[in-house]
Amino acid sequence: MDIFIDQFFNIDIMRKSLPLLFKGLWMTLQLCSAVILLGLIGGLFVALGNMSERRWLRWISIAYTDLFRALPPLVLLIFIYAGLPFAGINISPFAAVVIAFLLNNSSYYAEVYRAGLISVAKGQWEAAQSTGLSPVQTLIHVVLPQAVRNVLPDLLSNTVEVVKLTSLASVISLSELLYNAGMARSVTYNASPLVLAALFYLVLLWPLVRLVSHFQRRLAA
Amino acid sequence: MDRFLETFFNPVVMAQYTPDIIAGIWVTLTIAAAVIVAGIAAGLALACLRSYGIRALNFLIICYADIFRALPPLVVILILYFGFPSIGIQLSGPMVLFIVLAATLAAFAEEIFWAGFSSVEKGQWEAGIATGLGFTRTLAYVALPQAVRLALPPLVNRVLAITKMTALGSAIGVSEILSSATTAQSFSGSATPLTMSVVAYLVIFLPMVVIARWLESRTAWKKR
Amino acid sequence: MANRPMLEIVSLEKRFGPNTILKKIDLKVAEGELVFVIGPSGSGKSTMLRCCNRLEEPTSGDIIVDGRNIMAGTRRDLDRMRLQIGMVFQGFHLYPHMSVLKNVTLAQRKALKRSKAEADARAIDMLEQVGMAHKADAYPGELSGGQQQRVAIARSLALDPKVMLFDEPTSALDPELVGSVLKVMKDLKSKGMTMVVVSHEMGFARETADRVVFMDGGVVVEQGTPDEIFGAPKAERTRTFLSRVSG
Ligand SMILES: Nc1ncnc2c1ncn2[C@@H]1O[C@H](COP(=O)(O)OP(=O)(O)OP(=O)(O)O)[C@@H](O)[C@H]1O
Ligand SMILES: [Mg+2]
Repeated sequence: MDIFIDQFFNIDIMRKSLPLLFKGLWMTLQLCSAVILLGLIGGLFVALGNMSERRWLRWISIAYTDLFRALPPLVLLIFIYAGLPFAGINISPFAAVVIAFLLNNSSYYAEVYRAGLISVAKGQWEAAQSTGLSPVQTLIHVVLPQAVRNVLPDLLSNTVEVVKLTSLASVISLSELLYNAGMARSVTYNASPLVLAALFYLVLLWPLVRLVSHFQRRLAA
Repeated sequence: MDRFLETFFNPVVMAQYTPDIIAGIWVTLTIAAAVIVAGIAAGLALACLRSYGIRALNFLIICYADIFRALPPLVVILILYFGFPSIGIQLSGPMVLFIVLAATLAAFAEEIFWAGFSSVEKGQWEAGIATGLGFTRTLAYVALPQAVRLALPPLVNRVLAITKMTALGSAIGVSEILSSATTAQSFSGSATPLTMSVVAYLVIFLPMVVIARWLESRTAWKKR
Repeated sequence: MANRPMLEIVSLEKRFGPNTILKKIDLKVAEGELVFVIGPSGSGKSTMLRCCNRLEEPTSGDIIVDGRNIMAGTRRDLDRMRLQIGMVFQGFHLYPHMSVLKNVTLAQRKALKRSKAEADARAIDMLEQVGMAHKADAYPGELSGGQQQRVAIARSLALDPKVMLFDEPTSALDPELVGSVLKVMKDLKSKGMTMVVVSHEMGFARETADRVVFMDGGVVVEQGTPDEIFGAPKAERTRTFLSRVSG
């Protein structure tokens, strides 16, 4: 038991690695804000393409969502980070992560939006347009607020997934939370920094996970 | 254009590394199958246990499900792989990958099945118990079939998301598709193996995505 | 009655795939006139109304509102023309995420670009007219069907439409709530609004309509004053229909 505590919950080592982990956390938060923000916007456009009356737009957006939902995000990330330099395109690790996860996540967000948009009754579009609102105004003021409310749990749970996803950036040595924890582990030969990183993720995400469950129960009732 | 093809679709490199990639596909499929079976079985068992309404037990189940839904799997993988040997537990890379992904899937599956159980009407339970089935058989014959039907679409989506995470094995030296490809890439100095891995993943997962889409549209349609 | 036509439907045709739902319909509605449309289910009444503001795209024909053809012009022109055509639906379609007041001010603000003060004042005016001003801060979910429908009417009226179209405005209501909506419509008529009403409320038609139009199979079979149509229908189809609805 002592050795377990010493290896996984070593307060001394945790305290020493704290500054490094906070630095990593800051990078993780930056990554999250970029990917979530862009994903929420990009996903909306993909979803709208998916519901467009133009067949080619529909096909493109369906192909887009299916393609990027089929590829593991890590594969996408490695392909972009390690593959693109072969084509003479050099990008920073940060940009590679944002692009890879954006492709992945906008697809997931798009599917959520689509479900939400479908859930809004057709009569809402018709009522709004019959009062002279343009299609864009109808979308923004009438349909989208209802759509988002209907799929809030899914939007939220997808956002949790994005935050978890950013930990993969450690694989290409972007110094976010997990990468820094791994560094601390290899210097100290002790897993406590990794456990501390896990606790960071828990503090960040447990409330959101609870919230998702709470919403789901309320919607089901 | 020629140069592009030469880097990403080099036939010589392709021929040379196809056996490695195929071996990787085999590893990926084996681990994925084991994760799916174990994860769903464990998740279902937990959800059934939870329906008995034993307070202390339910608290533990909920905590477990919450924690494994909140933790990034890669963190847990690294803790098991790098941390456990120092307390005398040696786990192979594939074993760590299997344990963590199965545990993650179990957490999500438990929540999904539980949501399914909760949406079975109270009257269904009462009808089963009133006809003398008892709680356990009502659970098995009445509630479970209805819950499973509701759970299927989200479950397929989650299974898909988690089996894709077998690619995380490349971070701890499991020779699945992605790590075969990155190894081949550094040996050959060509991006072609990466392209091959992308194709391999598409071949495996695209059909699953299409099935998931179909399942979802079918149930959405029935609800109307 | 002024004779200036406010709404003209000119050889309107509508096809859904192989089915022709509206067959060269012609109908003129004069300023201040209330035209009451009846006909069996599936005869194309809703489709005709919905073609009038292009919620349904006509296959051919023209829709002319106060001298301007809404089939001509760009998408923006269409949005502007729709402001002049109020529409009231069987299912109300109030925006559930907005208060009654916001429901009535939204299009005023966004489409007519009225100031907030102006839109609010106008909304309260209209809500008063339909007897709903006291519920301005309520949400649609807290209102009865009859109250929701009156708010929906106010929402259209606030845009100063030249014509109001009603598609079975009382069909989704409990019988005891129908009267409140019909009363609002009667008030509107007496204030000179041009109206086209699809409904089964024959009593309302006798009292209020200037003209009754009977549709069947995508054509206007017969039209005339309420007395003519209800008292002495000429066409066989009209007689069968009326005997069936009056039981
Ligand atoms: N979007 C559509 N696609 C295909 N057919 C349609 C569509 N909308 C209406 N129709 C058809 O057009 C015909 C006329 O429909 P419409 O709703 O205009 O009838 P109605 O006279 O309003 O009937 P009701 O009294 O039942 O409301 C029906 O046969 C209907 O099936
Ligand atoms: Mg109709």
